Parts: sequence; structure tokens; C-alpha cells
Amino acid sequence: MIVETGHFALALALALSLVQMVMPVWAARSGDPALRQTTSQAALGAFACVLFAFAALTWAHATSDFSVQNVVENSHTQKPLIYKLSGVWGNHEGSMLLWVLILTLFGACVAGAKNSVPPRLRANTLGVQGLITFVFVLFIITTSNPFTRVVPAPIEGRDLNPLLQDPGLAIHPPLLYLGYVGFSITFAFAAAALIEGRIDAVWARAVRPWTLSAWCFLTLGIAMGSYWAYYELGWGGWWFWDPVENASLMPWIAGTALLHSTVVMEKRDALKVWTVLLAILTFSLSLVGTFIVRSGVLTSVHSFATDPTRGVFILGILVLFIGGSLALFAWRAPLLRQGGLFAPISREGSLVLNNLFLVAACATVFVGTLYPLLLEMLTGDKITVGPPFFNSTFVPLAIPLLLIVPFGQSLAWKRGDLLAASQRLFFALGVALAAGFATLAMTAGGPVMAPIGIGLGAYLLIGSAMEIVARARGYGARRTRSPAIIARRAFGLPRSAWGTSLAHAGVGVVVIGIAAQGWASEGLASLKPGQSLTVGPYVATLDRVAPRQGPNYEEAGAFLTVRNRAGDEVGQVETGRRFYPSRQMTVTESGLLTLGASQVYASLGEAGKDGSIGLRLYYKPLVLLIWLGAVVMALGGALSLTDRRMRVGAPAKAKGRALPASAVAAE
Amino acid sequence: MRGAPDKRTRMAGPTVSASLRSQRWSAWSGLFAVILLLAPLPARAVQPDEVLKDPVLEHRAREISEGLRCLVCQNQSIDDSDAPLAKDLRLLVRDRLEKGDTNQGVKDYIVARYGEFVLLRPVFALHTLLLWLTPALAVLLGAFGLWRLARRRPPAPERRLTAAEEAEVAALLRRE
Repeated sequence: MIVETGHFALALALALSLVQMVMPVWAARSGDPALRQTTSQAALGAFACVLFAFAALTWAHATSDFSVQNVVENSHTQKPLIYKLSGVWGNHEGSMLLWVLILTLFGACVAGAKNSVPPRLRANTLGVQGLITFVFVLFIITTSNPFTRVVPAPIEGRDLNPLLQDPGLAIHPPLLYLGYVGFSITFAFAAAALIEGRIDAVWARAVRPWTLSAWCFLTLGIAMGSYWAYYELGWGGWWFWDPVENASLMPWIAGTALLHSTVVMEKRDALKVWTVLLAILTFSLSLVGTFIVRSGVLTSVHSFATDPTRGVFILGILVLFIGGSLALFAWRAPLLRQGGLFAPISREGSLVLNNLFLVAACATVFVGTLYPLLLEMLTGDKITVGPPFFNSTFVPLAIPLLLIVPFGQSLAWKRGDLLAASQRLFFALGVALAAGFATLAMTAGGPVMAPIGIGLGAYLLIGSAMEIVARARGYGARRTRSPAIIARRAFGLPRSAWGTSLAHAGVGVVVIGIAAQGWASEGLASLKPGQSLTVGPYVATLDRVAPRQGPNYEEAGAFLTVRNRAGDEVGQVETGRRFYPSRQMTVTESGLLTLGASQVYASLGEAGKDGSIGLRLYYKPLVLLIWLGAVVMALGGALSLTDRRMRVGAPAKAKGRALPASAVAAE
Repeated sequence: MRGAPDKRTRMAGPTVSASLRSQRWSAWSGLFAVILLLAPLPARAVQPDEVLKDPVLEHRAREISEGLRCLVCQNQSIDDSDAPLAKDLRLLVRDRLEKGDTNQGVKDYIVARYGEFVLLRPVFALHTLLLWLTPALAVLLGAFGLWRLARRRPPAPERRLTAAEEAEVAALLRRE
């Protein structure tokens, strides 16, 4: 009964999204602004309905209701409750429902953001959102219904894919979807601006919190996915330039560019048309990320046809939104007034360079991902575009981009002074070079790129810190040397300034983590209990191999003691192979021993007839910095979100300021 | 001390681990492909018994195999792959090296047998020109666009705001 109600709620959401879509048009026609209010109400209603549908499906999963096909295919009575819940989105139908839930959640948030978005813009934005919701709910109901019943109901379910029975995978898809779908709001804002034919700093300001929150979630989602791949797949890699990864990276890069161009638009009234285009592209890449990958077209041209209904529907959705929005752009963009011009040496100038390199990097990933497919279709030639291609094209684009970061921050708006900025960055550059050379000297004979990366990371870190110090110290007549005043001023800086610095420092941390992987080492051997294997500065001894029983799996575990070269024990690590009888699958559980930010990584292979086991060990220096840096980046974004002028419906400040916060930011 | 890898003994045992690469693929992309995961396949990547005795040759073998694609996997090198075909290729690479082939010689030999598809780093040729030039083209095109933008004359003065819009601006400023 609950399941049918959920199905019905979904149908109701379809109807409400139609209302949400039509009302702004009607309001514009009839000139009755009260009708716009209906749009917001419809958006809230659609969210409530989808939430109910999602709760109904969750209920079916939690109670193992095997009369529902989706539950039969993805659940098992013995599965732990957390994976019963995460199993809701661990399959195509459920993940689509989650997608739409997040979509309507963002719609409801916009509907609730009464003060930060002007009413007409809000109504039009919600209208576009309504169209997106309508199409996707229709897709679910017609091709991917999660509420289909099975008669007769089987006694036991087929269980969730064991690889997905992992805490990492329980939270990875929701984070990724919050990112992907969050960009639907910026897309809707952009389409609304095009429909209205006007765009201004108010638009930029209204849109920025949404871009920023989507970006934070996507950052976390990608980092989570990367960490999951690292520990779950058992060979210690953290980024593979795999099409599915590229699909999530592309909207992230475009979203990063969008974030920066919105700042220019808000502060300098420039780059309007470009920002609108970026907003469209970012969501288009999100759609491509979710659906091209899902349709299987990247694996092989032929697998697209495995489920023709879904494939054609997905293709239709992509054509409708990407083609439609680009057509709208071509038609209406000339109406948008181009804003102010600017000098190349200025903060906005450096942000334009940021956009140039980011977009070039995004284009490279895009072409690299789709090129084999297109080449095969056009000429029949089969080629592979693998990690070596991406490493040798992406990195040369990333390095100049990263070099600009601290410069951009220390240049003033409108007219910057490159010499003064360089002088201010002199310290950061000096420390970076010293760090690079010191590392090179200490690791003579090792990889060359790694010390360069360490230097670059140090430069980013110190450059970000210097920016806060420089602003707190003040310029011109306000300049002070008193530490007390500097500390007080630093504390009083807008949170967005802190957020920017923190996010850029996070990039530095990631760069250091990546660079340090140049010194990673690997060991491989068949061991019997008592035997040892050396990896990097550590020696691991196999203590014993023992079986264990889990709730829905059997495990063979290997227990190792890790000692340093001096023979002192630094820790224990265990790795195992789990066998899931319900799926007849074996999954390797890698063992991780965290030592500071470095890790010793153990992965168990097959057992030999003579009682030995295959064991693979890695020493991964500073590897955790890669993901911690991403978390720092997201924290920076979140801190920026709490800035007074970003807060949705922030209360008026007591002192009436004549100039908006841009004056503070530019000082 | 190291457990001495015996060249003769292949490690046996229950081998049901599916292709990990395809597993990650499916999980990443939204966790949908389940059928892929049911195929029983043997263990993963370079096995202790494959390792060459000469560390220099082994290092070269690893370098080469990192750049060669496992033909039956998704975008995965034979160095990472657990497919039997990848193992055969790894042994082939080591065999050629032991017979005195250069790194390029080994690659050429394998490309001659399996085609360009096997190279993870695409060759630079006419049919991959656009691929390799994309980064440079994107930067140049963007720079050209910026140059055009910089040459453009400043726009005509803004249209005055309407009374309603003025009120809206005032309201927004008051909220600051």
C-alpha cells in the first residue's frame, strides 16, 4: 500500500512540476504577479511529493518488501540496515529518484529564498526548474519505475552488489548528485536571465550561493569517489582518468570557472554573456556526466542499444536541454548588455586567465573522453586515450593556472600593480623555491616532477596565507605593523575572503599530496606466516591468516605487523578477501595503516597451495593530503557561503552602508 | 626476507573475483551495472610468479605494461588488470625483453599484433591531430577571443533605471 502511495505521489509530482513550469508564463501573460506565488507553492509541493515517494521506496527497502522488484534485485534480508538504506540509490531506478529528489529540494530552497532573489527572476528560474523536474519524473515513470511489483514475491532478494556495500559508496552518490543537480539551479537562473533578456549584478549575486554550494558538494563527491576507488579496488591508484571520473571532473572544472566568472560579474559588471554560457555548459556537462555514462555509450557504441527505450529517452533529454539552452543562448544572448571593460593587469584580468585555462582543461578532458568514440564512428579506427594522454595535456594547463592563483588574489580590482603584487609574493615564491630545492636535494635521484609539485604546493599555501596577512596589514595610510591590529583586522575580514584563501590553500594541499606520490613504492610477494616484505621505509611481517564470518559474507583475513627499518613496531594492518554467497562474488578489502598523512596499503591476493598467500603492499607518502586538501577546498567554499552577503535572507545590518560589500572586498 | 616466488607454482584457490576495473566503473557511474560483475575471473594484476629475476628488466617491463591497454577491460593498463589476456600480454612483454628487445621494439611488436588500440597514449598522427592539439587550440582560441574583447570600444552609457527598479535597488542596499 505504501509503495502504491509512493508511486501515486510521483505522478502527483509530475503534475505539480507542470504547474510550476506553466505558472510563470501565465503570470507574465496576464500581468498578475500573484500567480508567481503559485510557482513557489508548486515547487514546494513537488518536493514534498518526491520526498514522500523516496520515503516509500526507502520503507520498502528497509522492511525488505520482496514484492517490489527493485528491492528483490538489490536487497537481502541479512544485509546490514545501513546498506539496505543506501541500496535505495545503489541501482538505476532508485538513483534516478534520488536525482529528482535533490532537484526538487533545490527548487524548494529557491522557492523559500524570498529575500535573496527578486520575485520575477525567482518565478522564471522555478519555471525552468519545473521543466527539468517534469522531464525527469516522466523519465522515471515511463522507463525506470522503482515501484514495479513482482507476483509472486520471492522469499529472498538478490542482494546489493558487494562493492557497493561500503560506507564510502553509501554517501558518494548523494554528494555527487547534490553537486550535479545543484548546477541545475544555476542553469535555470541562466535560462531565466535569457528569457527576461536582462542580466545584472543582482543576478550574479543571487546565483552565487547556489553555484558555490553545488561546487562544494561536487568537490566532496569527487574526493569521496576517488578515496573509495583508492581503498576498495586494491591497487592503490586514486585517479585513473577513466571516462566515469572524467564525467564528474568536467562539470567540476566548468563549475570552478563559473564560480570565478560570477565574482567578476558581481564586482565589475563584466563577463555577463560568458557567465551565462558557462552556467549552461556546467549543467550540460553534469547531464552528460550522469547520462552518457549511464547509457553505456562510452564503453561501446553498441551498448547504447541494450535498452533502447531508456537510451532514446536519455538522448532526447540531452538534446532538449543542451540543444535547447544553447539555441536560447544564441537567440537571446545578443540582447544582454555587455558590461564594463577592464585592464588585463587587474584582479578581473587574472580571473579571466583562470577561466581561459580552466575551460581549456575542460575542453581537453572532454575531447579526450569522447575522441575515441567519434573517431570510431567516423573512420572506424579504434584508438585508446588513456592516462598518459591526460597527464601530459592536463598538467601543462594546470601549472600556469596554479601559478596565477596567488597573483590574482593580490592584484586589485580595475587596475592592479603587477610589480607590487610580485613584491608581495616574493616571500611565497622564495619559500616555494627553497622547499622545492630542499626536497630535490633530499631525494636526489628520485623523480623530478615531485619536488616541482612540492614547491608549487608550498607557493599556493603561503600565497593564500600572505593574502590574508596583506589585507589585514592594510594598504597606504591604513598600513600598520602592530600585530594586535593585524590580528583584529584579520578577524574582521569578510568570511568570503577567508573562504577564498582557505579554498586556494586546499588546492596547495592537494598538489603536495599528488606530488608526493612520485615517491610511492610497491612490494609484491607470496608470503607464509612469519615471512616479511619490505616497502618504502617499512617492513611488514605476516603474522597469521584467519577466516572470519560477517553478516552476509565470509572473509579470509591476513594480519600483518608493520615495523620501521630500526625494527620498532609502528602498527598493525589487516586485509581480507570477502566472499558474498548471495552474489557468488569475492571482494578484496584492502588494509590501510595511517601514519601521519602517509599510508601503508595492504591488499590480499590469492592463497597458494603451500599455505602462502599473495600479498601486495604499497607505501603511499602523504597520500591523505590529496583528499584532505579537497575537504579543505570544500570547507573554504562553505565558509564563503556563511558570509553575510551570501546568506539567504540575511537580516539587515544596523549601520546603513552606502556601498555594498564589494567596497569592503576591494579595499 | 622475502617469500621466494616459485616460477612454477601458479597460485590457485577459489577465484571468483570479478574484473575490478569494470566494478569500479559501474559503481562510479551510478551503481547500475550488475551483470558485469557476475563473471568469474581470476586474480588481479602482476602476480609474484611473473616477476623477472633481473630488477632492471622487470622495471622496464613495468614501464612498458603501464602504457599498454588490457584489450578486454575498460581503459585499464595490463599492469593493473586481472584478465587472463592481460597476463598473457605481461608475459609476452617480459619474454621479448629477455630476448633482448628494446622498449620501443616490444611496443612495436605488440602494436603490430593488436593494433593501435592497445596503446594508452595515442600516437601523434593525422587522425589524432585534433586530439593532441585541443589544449593548445583551446588556449589560443580563448586568447584570440580576449584580444577581440580588449579591442572593443566601451559600451554606450547605461539606460536609466525605472522608478520600480530604483526602489528595488534601494531595498537591496538597505538589507546589506
